[in-house]
Amino acid sequence: MIEIKNLKKRYGDKLAVNDVSFTINKGEIVGFLGPNGAGKSTTMNILTGYLSATSGSCVIDGYDILDEPLKAKKKIGYLPEQPPLYIDMTVDEYLNFMYDLKKVRLEDKTRKEHLAEICELVKITNVRGRIIKNLSKGYKQRVGIAQALLGNPEVLILDEPTVGLDPKQIIEIRTLIKNLSENHTVILSSHILPEIQAVCDRVIIINKGQVVADDTETNLSEKFSDDLNYTIRIKAPEDDVLIMLASMPNVIQKYQSLGEKEEGIFEFNIEGVEGVDVREELFARLSARNWPIMALRSSQLTLEEIFLKITRDNAYITDDYEEYEEYEFENEEESQEDSQMQEELDKLYDDTIGDMTFEQKPQEDGQEDVQEDTTNVEEQHEEENKEKDGGSL
Amino acid sequence: MQAIFRRELQAYFKSPLGYIYLTIFFFFGGQYLSLQVAYGTNEISNIYANLFTIILFTMPILTMRLMSEDKRLKTDQALLTAPVSLSGIVWGKFLAALALFGVALASTIVYFIVLSSMATTPQWSMFFGNLVGTILLAGALIAIGLFISSLTESQMVAAILGFATMFMIMMVDSFVSSLSSQSNFLANILSNLSFMTRYRDFTSGILDLSHVVFFLSVMAVFNFLTVRVLEKKRWG
Repeated sequence: MIEIKNLKKRYGDKLAVNDVSFTINKGEIVGFLGPNGAGKSTTMNILTGYLSATSGSCVIDGYDILDEPLKAKKKIGYLPEQPPLYIDMTVDEYLNFMYDLKKVRLEDKTRKEHLAEICELVKITNVRGRIIKNLSKGYKQRVGIAQALLGNPEVLILDEPTVGLDPKQIIEIRTLIKNLSENHTVILSSHILPEIQAVCDRVIIINKGQVVADDTETNLSEKFSDDLNYTIRIKAPEDDVLIMLASMPNVIQKYQSLGEKEEGIFEFNIEGVEGVDVREELFARLSARNWPIMALRSSQLTLEEIFLKITRDNAYITDDYEEYEEYEFENEEESQEDSQMQEELDKLYDDTIGDMTFEQKPQEDGQEDVQEDTTNVEEQHEEENKEKDGGSL
Repeated sequence: MQAIFRRELQAYFKSPLGYIYLTIFFFFGGQYLSLQVAYGTNEISNIYANLFTIILFTMPILTMRLMSEDKRLKTDQALLTAPVSLSGIVWGKFLAALALFGVALASTIVYFIVLSSMATTPQWSMFFGNLVGTILLAGALIAIGLFISSLTESQMVAAILGFATMFMIMMVDSFVSSLSSQSNFLANILSNLSFMTRYRDFTSGILDLSHVVFFLSVMAVFNFLTVRVLEKKRWG
């Protein structure tokens, strides 16, 4: 459906997109992730024909965006980062304008039916007569989504579609996108990782203009976590546990105390030796000493951690994970040998990202998501307040 | 192109700009008409000749926001990602401005009726010659203004640059007269670029094909340049 080959975009000296290639099949929902300035929006803008690539090609359903732009553009519904709204028009006027601009012709529906259906879908029916200028950001965003849906394009490209929506609307829009994916191909960029996790089948991570990962979310977490790391909570004196852990070098290669988490309960991070399941041995030892295990969980990486892990290393970028892991391994060796600099860097990483991951570990499953959502809720809350303020004017 | 044309024409009446333009045009047009009536002539050409300055200096009002606003509001993303060609966008906007000018110019039909009622035979050929000349002049000026508007994100900058350019166009003839004693070559080139002398020919009832071609070429060249500016932005 979408085929991007060796895409490059140069702004002066800066290479914004460097040799990006990927293919997206019909019906896929692809999440597009990357830190600021990674080239996400540039790639999307090239894909939609807003910008031209320096080299490389974008083919949409067989039409090259440069050679047959009109045919290719007809296949795409695009919601840019900032919805392209004519703020002096009413919602209805604007959607009618976009309907004409996109030269929409539907066989089974009249213009009126189609517009009514879309407005119902994104829930803007009640504001159709209002001037866009006076709408809240959430509504503007939804008008932007409505605009992208006009004419039922086969490909939907949404640049941060849920920005400015309240949590209820976010869920609605996510469900909407999920539903749309049944007969659309969707590319979605977002900085909200749980959103990508909730909606997308496949994740493309882009950093410094290059694709650094391209896989399903499950595969990514499997690839980047080694299944050797566990976080365990034990109800026993800390020192005694540490002594016990030290006495098991055949199954545990690294361990670390994370301190007292509940009264009398300590948490430890354990890295097992490859080929042995450290959990059995641990259970046997702990039960022999009658030290209850209060919690045990695999430190499998969340998408967020994978994202940080991939994008933290700015010096080395590859779309080949094995190559990447090799590189990491080399790094470790170096640091063990003499490179003080590397040690410091690693320390810095542990201090910032490492701690973050460990602190998240002790929480029960699902709690992490809740935490993420609460921050969203707070953001949205602000948004809502703004809306209210705007509305009262 | 139709969608853009309709949208831009509507936009003139959603903001004060369209009304301001029409008010100025009608005010001065009416003024010149009353002068003709006061002098007791039925010579409609004088009205068009006098309107030259008004048309020139009010044109930036029509053109300043045409392209710049799209850049500022990022609505150019909607236009450029829609299945419309770049020239479709530019000509759509151009024609919308020209249509609004047409609304203003339509008032001169009333002037013609008024003046004709005082004459034994209406000067049809004179009237149509003037209409054609005025529309060609306006088209050329709109194309220039549209091009200026495409260079900037700010309406104000577009307006100021527009006024400056219109002033230059106005001053070309004075340059010619001050130069003609020294450099015939330069004066020759400049006098050929003069909008005023060409327009004067229309108002005095001369329909010179070279003038028609000149104004049409200005439109084509500047609209082409505007398309190139849009194109350049994509490659930037």
